[in-house]
Amino acid sequence: MLRVLGVDSLDALFSHLPPEVRLNRPLEIPSGKSEYEIVDYFRARGGECADGYASFLGAGVYRHYRPVLVDTVVSRSEFLTSYTPYQAEISQGTLTTIFEFQSMICQLTGMEVANASMYDGSTAVPEAAMMAIRLTGRDRILVARSVHPEYREVLSTYAQHQGMLVAEVDYGREGGAVDHGDLERKIDDRTAAVIIQSPNFFGIVEDIRRAAEMAHSHGALLIYVFAEAVSLGLLEPPRDADIVAGELQSFAISPSYGGPFAGIVATKEKFMRQMPGRVVGETKDTRGYRAFCLTLAAREQHIRREKATSNICTNQALIALMATVFMTVYGKQGLRELALQNLSKAHYLAGKLPLRFTGPFFNEFVASTNSPDAINESLLQNKIVGGLPLQRYYPELANSMLLCATEMSRREQMDTVAEAFR
Amino acid sequence: MIKKVRPHVNQNEPLLFERSSPGKRGYQLPPLDVPAVDPAAALGFQNTRAEIPDFPEVSEVEAIRHFTRLSTHNYAIDLGLYPLGSCTMKYNPRVNEQVARIEGLAWAHPYQPESLAQGIMEVMAALEQMLAEITGMDAVTLQPAAGAHGEFTGILLVRALLQSQGHPRKKLLIPDSAHGTNPATATMAGYAVQNIKSNALGMIDVDELARSVDEDVAALMLTNPNTLGVFEEHITRIAEVLHAKGAQLYMDGANMNALVGIARPGDFGADVMHLNLHKTFSTPHGGGGPGSGPVAVKEHLIPFLPKPRMARIGNRWSWNYDLPQSIGRVRAFYGNVGMHVRALAYIMAHGGDGLRNATLDAVLNSNYLRVLLEPYYDLPHKSPTLHECVFSDARQAKRGVRTGDIAKRLIDYGFHPYTVSFPLIVPGAMMIEPTETEGKAELDLFVDALISIAKEIEETPELVLTAPHDTRTSRVDEVGAARRPILRWKPAPPK
Repeated sequence: MLRVLGVDSLDALFSHLPPEVRLNRPLEIPSGKSEYEIVDYFRARGGECADGYASFLGAGVYRHYRPVLVDTVVSRSEFLTSYTPYQAEISQGTLTTIFEFQSMICQLTGMEVANASMYDGSTAVPEAAMMAIRLTGRDRILVARSVHPEYREVLSTYAQHQGMLVAEVDYGREGGAVDHGDLERKIDDRTAAVIIQSPNFFGIVEDIRRAAEMAHSHGALLIYVFAEAVSLGLLEPPRDADIVAGELQSFAISPSYGGPFAGIVATKEKFMRQMPGRVVGETKDTRGYRAFCLTLAAREQHIRREKATSNICTNQALIALMATVFMTVYGKQGLRELALQNLSKAHYLAGKLPLRFTGPFFNEFVASTNSPDAINESLLQNKIVGGLPLQRYYPELANSMLLCATEMSRREQMDTVAEAFR
Repeated sequence: MIKKVRPHVNQNEPLLFERSSPGKRGYQLPPLDVPAVDPAAALGFQNTRAEIPDFPEVSEVEAIRHFTRLSTHNYAIDLGLYPLGSCTMKYNPRVNEQVARIEGLAWAHPYQPESLAQGIMEVMAALEQMLAEITGMDAVTLQPAAGAHGEFTGILLVRALLQSQGHPRKKLLIPDSAHGTNPATATMAGYAVQNIKSNALGMIDVDELARSVDEDVAALMLTNPNTLGVFEEHITRIAEVLHAKGAQLYMDGANMNALVGIARPGDFGADVMHLNLHKTFSTPHGGGGPGSGPVAVKEHLIPFLPKPRMARIGNRWSWNYDLPQSIGRVRAFYGNVGMHVRALAYIMAHGGDGLRNATLDAVLNSNYLRVLLEPYYDLPHKSPTLHECVFSDARQAKRGVRTGDIAKRLIDYGFHPYTVSFPLIVPGAMMIEPTETEGKAELDLFVDALISIAKEIEETPELVLTAPHDTRTSRVDEVGAARRPILRWKPAPPK
């Protein structure tokens, strides 16, 4: 090959680089390791984490069983090692599964269109807010304090330099849901959107219809956020919302210390041209067969550049495929049964603990205690990771912790948690 | 009449919803070990749904057949050369997939106590350190989820630095050869965009740049080597011009596969850059993600990095949230950590020497293709190129055949096409990046295919204009899809 190129060494291929930019020493990275050594290293690192512990942590990342079929499918080379499906003729596998994904997200959420994925729930929220600002021509966003605190932090990072003004709406100290009085006081005809999460960060199911009525009566949009997708197996879909921004980690996506996950933005058909991210549409090939391709690209950065709806390019396709396989395996009956198990387990545990809020909850709730840290310490002795103390996020909730039970929580483990609260 | 077979080896496959029949299921849950709760009583009747209309109902075997059949409708790097320019489609070692699934790592909850997260934090710290060494920068954040997200983070860092000096400034300079994400990022960070023209060599004209840099310019966003595969030879001068006016040099690291072990952005003047772990560091593309877009910075930008940051306290890692100058979070939790595991495994397998060798092979492969294809296709920029080269369809266009047609014909020869019609500065661009993964035999087949297509265009252009011919799906009507968008499956209306 060098002969074809007419050079006598590989280094000659870089001879045009100015000498001052060349690295004149080897990289200080240890020499290459064998496969065995690599596996051994990571096994040791895994052993230093909570391997083999039960856990009652939720707060945006949930422990749900991952059906074996999920990894079987996403390990197929054809899905794992393909690029974004720009060449539709040899990407029908990916394109078809994305179309199915979009369809199932619409069925779950009651929306009419969904995108192919966002990075995660936390970044889907500011993308939805930016979309609402484009749609309304207004610049104010009201976000409930009961939306995941880290989602709100991300929203504020994104908002800073786009002229987006974000204000927070308080939660009711008794029920734990959005304080509708506070919302009514703060909303006005400059509000582009109201952002509400359900179940909210405290696990409480919000009254979406009422929030939507209040938003709409001021000409604002309602953005519905979900972080626990399994809840949609039982909860009425947020049909009254205008935009849905969600996190699908619950659908067979490993917690993986916080990522990779998959977010989505879904909306009504009339708003689809302001939706961020990739979208797959149905069409035909020249032989008349049904085919799928990426579409509505006129919204995207590679066509519109500085006028694009978002700068997103690579999204979370393979993770969205995990969610697609999960939804297929559980299906209509399974997702409902799974949600019922989560509801039942959480209510069993909650029944043994003092609850901070009175509102209806799905699989997460806030328990009152004067010593959240001591309880968690004692649970660790039993190889149980307890709940999340809320003081860091809500100083007024210092004496409380957020607990989550899923289908993977066993009765005797929950009894141990209840014991620790005594 | 065999209904289900198309004129191709692959079978037809209906959509899940069309396969569905009431009552079928592919899951098992253990019996409930606590009393069942009535959802209407617990959540309120008005808050609960009876069912999810039209949600799929299939058996386990139907599910696996469905997805396995669909998978055969895809091309993939494991099937052959995937020469998408600027996408760096290299082999994804399977050991990386296996280690990312190790229980303690895959099931780590982001809020589990730090004492029970030391292993995963050590992985992230090791990766940060190695990426800093590779880029010649002083610190790295792993929080951004993809390249464009890294760009956004990096530009917010620039903005925060300039703000701390009194004024964030107004605009970013972006070469006309840049990826679309660069200008889109500028808008999201509140900056106007001013385009910089490339010269005949395919590089930035330093004199034009010097005329454009004033007190309103926050930064230049530069891809180096750029999207033509050309190394910006005046890079140190470019950095000087910017720094003299108090502006920053942002480097888009999309093409870092050309430089690892050879040259370091931190040594040639970059202040901030992002890396694409799903390009240079081999985490799989997965049909469009997940990616990971770490951002590397010089010392002066460290105070502004997203929070939290990892800190070493005594002999353990801890998350530090007390960062008053931080731009804040760009994402919940700590980033696409599963991809960090894979990237570290890739770096460990190669070692410093191996990474450098990969760069040499990537550049060798690209130049080999360039030399063998130049007699047949127009090469608009004659400057030396590194990991990729960009031809144009100028000769073939005279016969009415464009880059998109040649791309479709390549599919019939068993290859994924090159990147079509990008960069925008080359009309009819054919952007080719083979990566180090390919051996000479695969490259020779690719060259033969493109030479054969060049001949077909002379003799039977119609054959190329109507390609692909040998695929399960023939040319797809993308215009029709956009004109009348069908974005979800709907049940057929009752007759």
